[in-house]
Amino acid sequence: MLSRAAASLYWMSRYMERAENMARILDVSYRMSLSASDEHSQRTQWEPALVVAGCELPFKDTGRKIEARNVIEFLALDASNMSSIRSSLWTARENARAMRTQITTEMWEALNATWLEMRSLDYAKIEAMGLRAFFDWVKERSHLFRGVGYGTMPRDAAYRFVRVGTFLERADSTARLLDVKYHVLLPTARDVGGAVDYYQWGALLRSVSAFQAYRRIYRDVIRPRRVAELLILRDDMPRSLRVSFGELTQLLDQLREMFQRDYLSARLADQMYNRLRFGRIDDVFEQGLHEFLTEVVNSNVALGKAIADDFGMTY
Amino acid sequence: MGGTPFDEMTAADGSVRAAYAGLAAWLKRIPADLIGRKRLEADLLFRRLGITFAVYGEGGDPERLIPFDVIPRIVTSAEWTSLSEGLVQRVQALNAFLYDVYHDMEIVRAGKIPEELVVGNAQYRPEMRGVDVPGRIYTHIAGIDVVRVAENQFYVLEDNVRTPSGVSYMLENREAMMRLFPELFAINRVQPVGHYPDELLKSLRSLPPASCADKDEPTVVVMTPGAYNSAYFEHVFLAEQMGVELVEGQDMFVENDIVYMRTVSGPKRVDTIYRRLDDAFLDPDAFNPESVLGVRGLFAAYRKGNVNLANAVGTGVADDKSVYTYVPDMVRFYLGEEPKLANVPTYSLRKADDLKYTLEHLPELVVKEVHGSGGYGMLVGPKSTKEEIEAFRKRIEAHPENYIAQPTLALSTCPTYVDEGIAPRHVDLRPYLLVGKEVKLVPGGLTRVALRKGSLVVNSSQGGGTKDTWVLES
Repeated sequence: MLSRAAASLYWMSRYMERAENMARILDVSYRMSLSASDEHSQRTQWEPALVVAGCELPFKDTGRKIEARNVIEFLALDASNMSSIRSSLWTARENARAMRTQITTEMWEALNATWLEMRSLDYAKIEAMGLRAFFDWVKERSHLFRGVGYGTMPRDAAYRFVRVGTFLERADSTARLLDVKYHVLLPTARDVGGAVDYYQWGALLRSVSAFQAYRRIYRDVIRPRRVAELLILRDDMPRSLRVSFGELTQLLDQLREMFQRDYLSARLADQMYNRLRFGRIDDVFEQGLHEFLTEVVNSNVALGKAIADDFGMTY
Repeated sequence: MGGTPFDEMTAADGSVRAAYAGLAAWLKRIPADLIGRKRLEADLLFRRLGITFAVYGEGGDPERLIPFDVIPRIVTSAEWTSLSEGLVQRVQALNAFLYDVYHDMEIVRAGKIPEELVVGNAQYRPEMRGVDVPGRIYTHIAGIDVVRVAENQFYVLEDNVRTPSGVSYMLENREAMMRLFPELFAINRVQPVGHYPDELLKSLRSLPPASCADKDEPTVVVMTPGAYNSAYFEHVFLAEQMGVELVEGQDMFVENDIVYMRTVSGPKRVDTIYRRLDDAFLDPDAFNPESVLGVRGLFAAYRKGNVNLANAVGTGVADDKSVYTYVPDMVRFYLGEEPKLANVPTYSLRKADDLKYTLEHLPELVVKEVHGSGGYGMLVGPKSTKEEIEAFRKRIEAHPENYIAQPTLALSTCPTYVDEGIAPRHVDLRPYLLVGKEVKLVPGGLTRVALRKGSLVVNSSQGGGTKDTWVLES
C-alpha cells in the first residue's frame, strides 16, 4: 500500500472528525451563550470556543471583535481558516478524491454530498436553518460517513488508517475540550459549584454526547471530578480518552502484525493506553488536571508524528 | 474519394451487409422506444461508474460524459484479421524506426527520410541516443487510428505511440452493452475484449529492465499526473484492473539509480512504469526543470537499465503528422515488405508543390497542424465558410511547415441513435496494440462517432461519441 494512500485515508477521517468536533464546540458555546447569566459578556462566552479550537491567534489576526456571529463565521464557514468546518470538510473531501479507489463508493458519495451542500452555505443560510440545526447537520454527516465506512469497507489496512485518523483526532479533541473548560470557563473561584458552573459542565457533557451517560452512571449532581473521570478514564464512554486510545492501540497493533514491522506509534499508543487503563482520577487531580491534559495533548502530537514516520507519510 | 460514404450496415443496393444481419433483424423486431430507453439507462450507468472525460476551456462542468451510442459497430472476423495484420506490421516498423533514430540513423543515411524531420523534430530526444531499452521496444502501447472508406479499404489516419488513451472506454462500453443488451450477445457471437488488462500486464512484465531482480514478476506500476488529468479515470481503471499500484511522481524516489515507491511497509523497488504523462514531465533533472509531477533521477535510472518505461522516452518523433507520411517507407525499409495498410494520401506543405496544390484546393481538403491533436487547429474545407478558409489560409502561408493536408475522406458510416431516430453517422476506429516480447491486440478498439449530421470530426472534445466495437467470431 502506498504511503500517500495511507496518508490520504488518515487525514480524510481526521478532518471529518475535526469538522464534527468543531460543530460540537460551537454547539456547546452557543448553548452556553443562551443559558449563561447576563454578567457574562460576549467575550467570555465565545473566547473559549476559539481557544479550544486552537484558533485564538488566527482569529485575532482578522481584527474582528469576539462576538457570536464573528466567531461562528470564522470557525464554521471561513475558507481562509484551515480549521473551520468548511475547510475541514473540503480537506476531507480532497483527500478522498485523491484516493477514491481506496474507499467505497458509498463513502465517497456520503463525503462528496456533504461537501457539495457545505459549499452552498453562508451565514444567512445557516441562520435561516437555525444554528443548532446546522451543527446537528454537521454531526449527522460525520456519523453517516463513519458509519458508512464501518459498514462497507473491507477490513484491510486502508480501513485501519481511516479508523486511526478518527480516534487520534477524537482523543485530541476530548483532551482540549476538557482542558479549556477547567481553565477558561471558570473566571473566579467563587463560581465553582454555582449555577453557572452547573450549566457549563452540563454543556460540556452535552457537547460530547455524555450528559445522559453521566446521569445514568453516577446518579449524582454534576461534579467536575466525575466529569473528568468520565471523559478520561471510563471504558464505557465512546469519546473518552481511554476508549480512543484503546481503539488506537488495537488498530496500530493490527497494522504491526499486517506489515510485520516494529512501529514506534504502536508503542506510544500502548503506553498512553496503559496509563489510562490503570490510572485513577485522584492521581490525575494530584498531578493537576491541566498538567495531565497538557501531557496528553503533547503525546498526541508525538503520536501523530510517529504515525507519519512509521508509514512514510512525511514527504 | 468523396461521393457517397460507405455505410457499414447497408450496402449501396439497400441490402444488409452480412456482419449486421443479426443486428438489423433485431432492430426491426424490438419496440420503437427501446433504444431510447436503453440510451437513458446507459447514461445513468456511466454517470454512476464515474466514467467521465474532462473538457477544459469551454465553461460549465468540466467533468462530462462522453456520449455513448448504444448501437454497436460490427466487423467480421475476416475484416479484422486483415486489418490487424496491417496494424502489427505498422507498429513493428514504428518500433524499428525508433530504435534506428536513436542509434545508427540508417533510414536517414539511406535517404528515405530527411534528417531535419527527425533530428529537428521537437519530439526527438537527443538524450535517448545510444540508450538500449529492453527488447528494443519503444512503443509498448500504441493506438493507431484507422478509417474505412470502402468495403476493402482502410486508411491509417494517425499513429499514437506516446500515451494513447481511451482503452477504458473500449472496455466499459463492452461492459455496458452486455448489461443493456444481453440478448444481442446471444444472437451475435462477439469476440471478447475484457482480457485487455491481463494482456497489458503480461506485456509490460515481458520486458523487465536489465537489472531487475525478479524477472518473472517485475513490479509494475501505473504513473499518473494526478486526479486533475483528463484521463485520470482511465489511469485508476487500468491500475485497478491490473492489480498494480497507481502512483504519482511524489510516491517515488531514486536512490543509487534505483527507483523506489514509498509504501507503508517501507520503500519498494519499481521495475516497470506504465507512465501516463509526457516525456517533458518525467524527471525535472533531465527534462522540464519546472515539473512537479515527475521523479528526480528517473531518467538516469532508466538509462542505466534499472527501470523500464512504457512507453519509452522520445517516441513522439514517430507519430508526428509530418513523419506519418513516411511510415509506409519505414515498413519497406525495415521489414522489406509492402505495407498492408495504407496511409491517407497526404500533402506535406513543407514541399512547394504540395503547398501550391493545397492553397488552390483548400475548400476540398482537410488541413491539420503537424503537432495538433484532439481535432483542434484543423480546417475541414468542405464544412467551412469562405471566411474560415481565408483565415486559415493566412495561418498556412505564415508557417507552411506546420501543416499537412489530406483529401476529405468519405469516412464510413454506421447506424447511430440520434434525435431523429437511427441514422448513419461517420466513424473511425482506434485499435490498441500491445508490444512486449510479441505484439498482441484484443479484437476490437474504440469506435468514435461524429454525432452531428454530416460531421467528420469524431473527437470527444468536439462533440463526438463512442460505440462498442464488435468483432464477430468467424
